[in-house]
Amino acid sequence: MSGKYVISRDDWSLHRKGELDRQRHHEKMKEAIKKNLADVVSEESIIMSDGGKIVKVPIRTLDEYHFRFDQGKQKHAGQGDGKSKVGDVLAQDPQDRKGGSGKGAGEEPGVDYYEAEITVDELAEMIFEDLGLPNLQPKKKPELPADTVEFKDIRKKGIGSNIDRKRTILEAIKRNAWKGERGLTKITPDDLRFKTWDLTHKQESNAVVLAMMDTSGSMGPYEKYIARSFFFWMVRFLRTRYQNVQIVFLAHHVEARETTEEEFFTRGASGGTRCSSVYRLALEIIQNRYNPRDYNLYAFHFSDGDNLASDNELCIKLVQDLLQVCNLVGYGEIEGPYYYTSTLRSAYKKISDPKFIVVTIKDKSGVYPALKKFFSPAQSVGN
Amino acid sequence: MQDELKLLEEAVEKITAKAREFGLDFYDMYFEICPADVIYTFGAYGMPTRFSHWTFGKTYHKMKTMYDYNLSKIYELVINSNPCYAFLLEGNSLIQNKMVIAHVLAHGDFFKNNVHFRKTAGHMVESMAGAARRFREYELKYGRDKVEAFLDAVISVQEHVDPSPRKSGGAEEDRPAAEKGKSCAAAGAGGGGGAGQSCAGGGAGAGSGGTCAGGTCIGGGGGTRAGGARKRRETPYDDLWELDDRGSERPDQKEETKKFPEQPEKDLLLFIMEHARDLEDWQRDVISVVRQEMLYFWPQMETRIMNEGWATYWHLRIMREIDLTEEETIEFAKMHAGVIQTSRFRLNPYYLGLKIFESIEKRWNEPSEEERKKFGRPGGEGRKKIFEVRELENDVSFLRNYLTEDLVKELDLYLYKKQGQEWKIVEKDWEKVRDGIVAGLTNCGYPYLVVEDGDFNRRGELYLRHCFEGSELDVYYLEKTLPYVHRLWGRTVHLETVLDGKKVLFTFNGEKVGKKFL
Repeated sequence: MSGKYVISRDDWSLHRKGELDRQRHHEKMKEAIKKNLADVVSEESIIMSDGGKIVKVPIRTLDEYHFRFDQGKQKHAGQGDGKSKVGDVLAQDPQDRKGGSGKGAGEEPGVDYYEAEITVDELAEMIFEDLGLPNLQPKKKPELPADTVEFKDIRKKGIGSNIDRKRTILEAIKRNAWKGERGLTKITPDDLRFKTWDLTHKQESNAVVLAMMDTSGSMGPYEKYIARSFFFWMVRFLRTRYQNVQIVFLAHHVEARETTEEEFFTRGASGGTRCSSVYRLALEIIQNRYNPRDYNLYAFHFSDGDNLASDNELCIKLVQDLLQVCNLVGYGEIEGPYYYTSTLRSAYKKISDPKFIVVTIKDKSGVYPALKKFFSPAQSVGN
Repeated sequence: MQDELKLLEEAVEKITAKAREFGLDFYDMYFEICPADVIYTFGAYGMPTRFSHWTFGKTYHKMKTMYDYNLSKIYELVINSNPCYAFLLEGNSLIQNKMVIAHVLAHGDFFKNNVHFRKTAGHMVESMAGAARRFREYELKYGRDKVEAFLDAVISVQEHVDPSPRKSGGAEEDRPAAEKGKSCAAAGAGGGGGAGQSCAGGGAGAGSGGTCAGGTCIGGGGGTRAGGARKRRETPYDDLWELDDRGSERPDQKEETKKFPEQPEKDLLLFIMEHARDLEDWQRDVISVVRQEMLYFWPQMETRIMNEGWATYWHLRIMREIDLTEEETIEFAKMHAGVIQTSRFRLNPYYLGLKIFESIEKRWNEPSEEERKKFGRPGGEGRKKIFEVRELENDVSFLRNYLTEDLVKELDLYLYKKQGQEWKIVEKDWEKVRDGIVAGLTNCGYPYLVVEDGDFNRRGELYLRHCFEGSELDVYYLEKTLPYVHRLWGRTVHLETVLDGKKVLFTFNGEKVGKKFL
């Protein structure tokens, strides 16, 4: 070497700086999402996603703010293929997908806010962090699963019947690959992998949640969207947290009926509103299938409150009946664009039972507070 | 692996010799082969030894993700220092490395010879490491969140430094000793240049450009000033007297009428560091470091087109001269094509710089009749001329002087703008296109702000003015950034700018941003 240059190759495996700051950024991102959960919870891209995958959550707080020019008003330079002329359209901004119901996002330049990528599960964890089923009581447990066996560990020793074939073969292939041989030749004792199990004792109370939604004509797409956002997270929450929760879906307009989960979330309907119908159905289902002595019962009803006025009295009575058997009855009213004075909510003011909770949701960001209100395990209501 | 190093050594030997033969003059070189995550870390930080901050983590994450999905690749990263460090991506093929080495040597030549880098080469690698160490100590002492929050604020205005060597001589000498013993020799180098597929270059550039800071003490905001000492006027109307003196401020003016600062001060960081009243020592140190590092990176930001063009020009010529097999030739051609790929939405500095250098060489080699007569160009001086250009210009002057009508036409350059929902080409006239590009490069593309008054309303408030030159500021960003300035200054801050042809003053008083038309 002439001394004018050096070539080297060091061990960089301990160089973690970028990784550490990346983690810090990720942490900050999570914090930011947490602070904005109210907005994030009703983000369309999440509700519409089929779960499990990565969703993009816009967060503005992690933008690196500085004084800069307005990109939209500035001229930029580009290079054509030789045939460009004045007036050529290079690109089109996507139509503002926030459209309509979002709150005054129009003023902000939509150019490059930061979109955090996060899995629905991660997000769900944050949302559910301090949620729980309130007033849960130990009940007789006809369906309580016995000690469950969960295969969740892999070991090198075990009983023959529990050999994990796939992993064993993989090990063998890997070992061959180390030696530069291709494929699977022979399995040595060292390759063997066994599944082992853990016994888990789940001492859990049975719970049934009755999800009731108004699907009448007055519930516009926006109101339905809010109600569905709520139920979307509720269902996810119940499924991840409680092994033994059954959810019954009830939709109603003038008449009520039990639906499948898919129908509940997708089907539209029209017609007038008679809320008593759904309460009656709920009571019937409880009577026939879920004995309050065996089950913790929760009923949640979402409506725009635009109920048939003559029906209100009956509703009050039925809600009181429900309160007799349920641990909690929640009523969520979505305030539509019109303001009604004689909504169901005002009728419910007469009911004073700590187990009856009413929330009103004005816009998308109200979904998260509603979740928190309904599912705060701290609520200690005497029963 | 040893073989690989051996081959690489041979290649370096050959290429270095060739480069010298061409007259390139570079520092001693350190080549270091490192894995992708390390090279991308350096790309994001602009320098291996830089302090930690989550914004670097964010950039790193973005760049690394692009790499993981095979959307972009940085083949190499070069640090402006003496000796010059070049990091080669592990897994580069030999031919890739050959091109990269040729490319890097030309960067080295540029760093060493371009006048704008004159004060940068030196100890920046070490001084950045020192700063990073001190920052870590501050974190231990004052808490991570506190240091981080302060850095957030400093970084939000980091590009507001003054890299110009002030004509009022001696500015460097009487710079207050705030820079913690780091002498003016801070130097270094930075990151930007990834040769590589078009996005790679862009990504790397954005990384260092956007987040870097550093450099020498070129900037000269008149360092010493009587901090804030200013007598109250006797009557509320006394300031009318000032009208008589407008435009004729002289140092011998009476103390009472002295403005503070006397001249509008571009170096916002320096001004805050020296005059903000409630900062603690460690905070002033943080500001000083960020400012130094920005000053260090500034020359790279303002010569990006030239620097990359120069390096591309030379890797082409060097590679043409060394023996390549057929396969290698094709691979090299592919790679080079990737580097100079153009985009409809931005200028490719590699390509634009290359074309301009080639055009200069040609015009000085074979001047037209007119040029011979008018400028007395004898011809045959192409090489000499481009070496001179690489020494004296920066991007702004480079384009203004050498982006000719023919080039604008040949390269099909244009300006485009958003109209409604569409991004449309709005300008093809070559002079306007050239001026538009130059305007975008002025002050490295950042708005030009000055401190107009450091004692506004006589309450120690900070009054900044945006020197409006036709482009409006992003109001949303402005309103989010002002609070950061407030965090640094500790009192109410104002920013004057122009919206829709009217002067507007934005004010942040610690609680909310107000706006009023002047």
